[in-house]
Amino acid sequence: MIPGGTPVPEFTLKRGDGSDFTRADLEGKTTVLVFYPFAFSPVCTDQLNLYEEVLEDFEAKGATLYGVSCDATYSQTAFKEQLGVTIEQLSDFEPKGVVCQAFDAYHPGGFPQRALAIIGPDCVVQWSHQAASPGDLPGANLIFDALEH
Amino acid sequence: MSELGSAPVPEPSDADHRRGAGALTIVYADFECPYCAALELRLRELPVEVVFRHFPVRSSHPRAWPAACAAEAAGRQGRFWEMHDLLFGDQARLEDPHLWDRARGLGLDLERFDTDRRGDDVREGVKRDFRSGVRAGVVTTPAVFAWRDGRAEPVSRGDLDRRFGTLSP
Repeated sequence: MIPGGTPVPEFTLKRGDGSDFTRADLEGKTTVLVFYPFAFSPVCTDQLNLYEEVLEDFEAKGATLYGVSCDATYSQTAFKEQLGVTIEQLSDFEPKGVVCQAFDAYHPGGFPQRALAIIGPDCVVQWSHQAASPGDLPGANLIFDALEH
Repeated sequence: MSELGSAPVPEPSDADHRRGAGALTIVYADFECPYCAALELRLRELPVEVVFRHFPVRSSHPRAWPAACAAEAAGRQGRFWEMHDLLFGDQARLEDPHLWDRARGLGLDLERFDTDRRGDDVREGVKRDFRSGVRAGVVTTPAVFAWRDGRAEPVSRGDLDRRFGTLSP
């Protein structure tokens, strides 16, 4: 995972409506990118559910969360709707995983690492975290720790 | 809005719901979580003092919050653990009429029960438990901690299975 202090590379992800989400969308705000391996998988389900529960607290910190995976936008939308979460999803489907690779958050198995990045309004990574394994779920407390420092 | 940065699991106190005698065991649980129900059954058979804390997650378990508030409201009339057991005993019935049925069965003042479970005081209590879990790094339920020497030691799912048998419901 690219470390804190690194400027965010140029990238293009797809929003649920098919439009582009690029580096320019990060400018002027604090963003938390939540890289997760697979829509509908058990740990990713727990992760988005947990973060959704404290979404107001992230917003109170001025931070906007996005989920990032290599799933297609339709799969991400179905996942989001099934969970009933509001966290916007961004797709790194085609070319598969290039944005995850640019963030050094791509697992050799062909899916995103379970990783987090807080990006400042200047498009520089403030903090990043990669779970020891894709099965490990980073607590929301880690993100709040990073946002508070 | 209070902070949610890392903090240790709060020490068990008289403000907690506690039951049993033996090793202090703190459980963050959700009344709609089948693994929590399985764990609770096993804990009743063991020489432990259970400290129960709420960790309801709405998007995965839509009735977890109302159930937690119902248990707290029953607790206002001295029947927390009875409601706790009834909720875990039938997780397929957690809609409001089912909660009222349980309250009637326990002989609670139904009007007071309903007012309490919808009140800010009860809601804040559940929220306080939940947030203490988030701060301690709880990510899913059940989350179990053994309280030893003034600190909480996490008990992993593997440890739970080894100690209590598999929790698959």
